[in-house]
Amino acid sequence: MDLYPLYNSLRISAISAIVVFFIGIAAAYYIAKLPRFIKGILDVIFTLPLVLPPTVVGYLLLLVLGPKRSVGSFFLDTFDVRLTMQWWSAIFAVTVIVFPLMYRTARGAFERFDENLADAGRTLGLSNSYIFWRIRIPYCRQGIIAGVVLSFARALGEYGATSMIAGYTPGKTATVSTAVYQLWRTGNDALALKWVLINIAISAVVLFILNWIEKPQRRRS
Amino acid sequence: MLYVNIEKKLDRYTLKAAFECDHNTLALFGASGAGKSMTLKCIAGIEKPDKGVIQLNGKTLFDSEKKINLPPQKRHVGYLFQDYALFPNMTVSGNITAGLRKLPKAERETKLRELINRFHLDGLEDRKPDTLSGGEKQRVALARIFASSPEVLLLDEPFSSLDTMLKLQLIPYIRGIIADFGGETILVSHDIDEVRQLCHALIPIADGVTADAQDTEEYYITLKEQFENLK
Repeated sequence: MDLYPLYNSLRISAISAIVVFFIGIAAAYYIAKLPRFIKGILDVIFTLPLVLPPTVVGYLLLLVLGPKRSVGSFFLDTFDVRLTMQWWSAIFAVTVIVFPLMYRTARGAFERFDENLADAGRTLGLSNSYIFWRIRIPYCRQGIIAGVVLSFARALGEYGATSMIAGYTPGKTATVSTAVYQLWRTGNDALALKWVLINIAISAVVLFILNWIEKPQRRRS
Repeated sequence: MLYVNIEKKLDRYTLKAAFECDHNTLALFGASGAGKSMTLKCIAGIEKPDKGVIQLNGKTLFDSEKKINLPPQKRHVGYLFQDYALFPNMTVSGNITAGLRKLPKAERETKLRELINRFHLDGLEDRKPDTLSGGEKQRVALARIFASSPEVLLLDEPFSSLDTMLKLQLIPYIRGIIADFGGETILVSHDIDEVRQLCHALIPIADGVTADAQDTEEYYITLKEQFENLK
């Protein structure tokens, strides 16, 4: 059994989770400082991929990254790089789909932060970046780790946008989810079932980890 | 010398705080929600007044006309928060060291030992704040403030979360710390007994507006008379 789809799915999900960790935290942190009106609009835009069908996200991405479209043709002409139908093309799709999960969990965690701690840090002369990385992030770490794990789990399950932008090439762009569809479509039911079971097992493990992280830690008094 | 003359529009009233404090201990005395904490936050630079001037030892911390508004990091203000605001992810040593970051690394260790001794925190160095008692938390918060060598001390209801017995022990202790400090100290309190123990002068504040400074004992007598007339 060729394990390439598993390897490919895991690396796409891991890279997307890391990317989304940084941009999700940045978006969640900076949006809180914006005027209410802009905040409302941006919040809707940032959350849209969560509710849109993945095919719509795939379509929109192709509209930008496709070889005959603005960004896509620029990369093709200047760097001779085609942005679609590569194994890493799926990272674009998965990152966009998964971003709202990270953004919303990080925002929820930041909202529960005790601002007095940041104020205390500032009066003590601590720099804003020290306060952010050494006080704010550790305080919110439970929510942030949960966001990353949830993003990773959802990334493993992405099918719609990925199949549109990366397609299915065995040994090249195949992921677990696209492999299941292709194997089933071509009548290879037994192998499809194996991949289904592998997928369920991985997702279950990830969700166990998530529950374990989110378990409220009892405080000693 | 601390000079404050500021205005800030708030939801319920407009804060108008005007007073000065010259090498002594001054209380801001008033009911909850009268604008005491907000005044301290403006001095510390956490909140920005709409207009006015704040000066400390000849240095302008805030001046709306000259468009000066120093960040809290540059104001050298020691702010004791009501709930102490200890960093929960750091140990006692970590919290105090956070205040020492301006010092060169080599000096931090000696200064840390000195503060731990001075604030009787021996044996608690590796504990996290949520395992400490109220009195211990307060000492850690004070050690952390003195680690950052403040020029003015702002005490925001320092005894409000402590029980009476602990308060009895801590008042003389805080009095000693204020005396050692020697600089300007502003105490915010709604408890006249606390104020009498720690400050000779107070500024009454009501609905965001400060009155002239008064002698604490004289103020106490008029307050007591008002109480007796109630009977």
